[in-house]
Amino acid sequence: MTAELRAAALHLVSCDACSLVVNESTAAEHPGHCPRCHEVLHRRKPDSLRRSWAYLIAAAILYIPANLLPALHTTRLFGRSDDTILSGVVELWQDGSWDLAIIVFTASIVVPLLKIGVLAMLLITTQRGSTWRQRERTRLYRIIEFIGQWSMLDVFAVALLVTLVHFGAFARIEPGGGIIAFGAVVLLTMLATKSFDPRLIWDAPAARPPPRTDQHHD
Amino acid sequence: MPAQALIVCEHCDTVHRRVELAPGAAARCHTCGGPLYHRSRLELNAMLALTIAGIIVFAVANAYPLVTLSSQGIRNEAALWQMVASAWNSHIALVAAIAALTVFFFPLLQLALYAYILLPLSLHRVPRGFAAAMHLLRQLRPWSMVEVFLIGVLVTIIKIGSLADVVLQPGIWSFGVLTALLTALAGFDTRELWQAADEAQR
Repeated sequence: MTAELRAAALHLVSCDACSLVVNESTAAEHPGHCPRCHEVLHRRKPDSLRRSWAYLIAAAILYIPANLLPALHTTRLFGRSDDTILSGVVELWQDGSWDLAIIVFTASIVVPLLKIGVLAMLLITTQRGSTWRQRERTRLYRIIEFIGQWSMLDVFAVALLVTLVHFGAFARIEPGGGIIAFGAVVLLTMLATKSFDPRLIWDAPAARPPPRTDQHHD
Repeated sequence: MPAQALIVCEHCDTVHRRVELAPGAAARCHTCGGPLYHRSRLELNAMLALTIAGIIVFAVANAYPLVTLSSQGIRNEAALWQMVASAWNSHIALVAAIAALTVFFFPLLQLALYAYILLPLSLHRVPRGFAAAMHLLRQLRPWSMVEVFLIGVLVTIIKIGSLADVVLQPGIWSFGVLTALLTALAGFDTRELWQAADEAQR
């Protein structure tokens, strides 16, 4: 058995939930279901590209109000100020907490943009059946899958800030529309990532690389 | 060849033969380089111990306040649930609901499911409704965000520092420990528990 054999070509399906490998032609009592854990078997995630595009486009649209609308309205003795997500980062930096400023900047600005950009790239290249750098593209997918939830950081931070200040009653802080839009962006990009099936990257027509001649042990 | 002798890469659909791994070792896909499966350093019993510790720490983290705030003679304690309730009553009910789910209910359910699955498995028995419990556990995983919440608290403490004096309370340290325990638990490949269940049934 060489490493280049693919499950679909062998009529094998791997269960997403318990990783049992099932032979499609001899699928037992419940066709289409895993005999071990009864999960529905999919060769590929259903409607992967269309669902992923839908979530992604919604996320990209909401990304605009998420950054333009204020995330926080603050009322103090000396007046009122509105902060967007970006100006919140700047304020953290000016307060001297440059380390936290970098964390928040990464989690709230860089990561969502990166996710939207990478997913769009993966969707377009996959749709075109591109065989360009499949290994690296698969790896990018794993990275955005892993970092997804960290973007919720700012949503939590704003909620905590609003709540704690409310407790202390020493100023008035209200959440703005920006943070709601931002929370929606994070959830939508997480859903878009989950809907995308990286196996499609390797389903490209000319996808089979020429058999390796070098001995590869890892 | 029995089906359990094979594993298919979830990222690129390449078929591999399963080999026995040394503890702590991981198998990677030959085609795309993605992780295939790994054998955790932790035995089932160690996982169970982590789970029980997690449940205790979870209780402590929620019983104590996270921080106390004082400003102009007013002193307030804030525990997670007081904050969620307060957020619910201000204009961010939606965010309060998300926080309650991702920081309280999902992690709690996760720990309960781990206990429910691991306790019988460590005695070589398969619990009733094993498949349903395993499916729920898999679905929950990305939606449990205790570690993100923890960093969120730190950010908030800095931001609020100019408005009030903030003192950290036992609740916040417990959340730190809980984060470490949940991360250790997440290092275990839950799909391997299916193999353990197969062996227990034999």
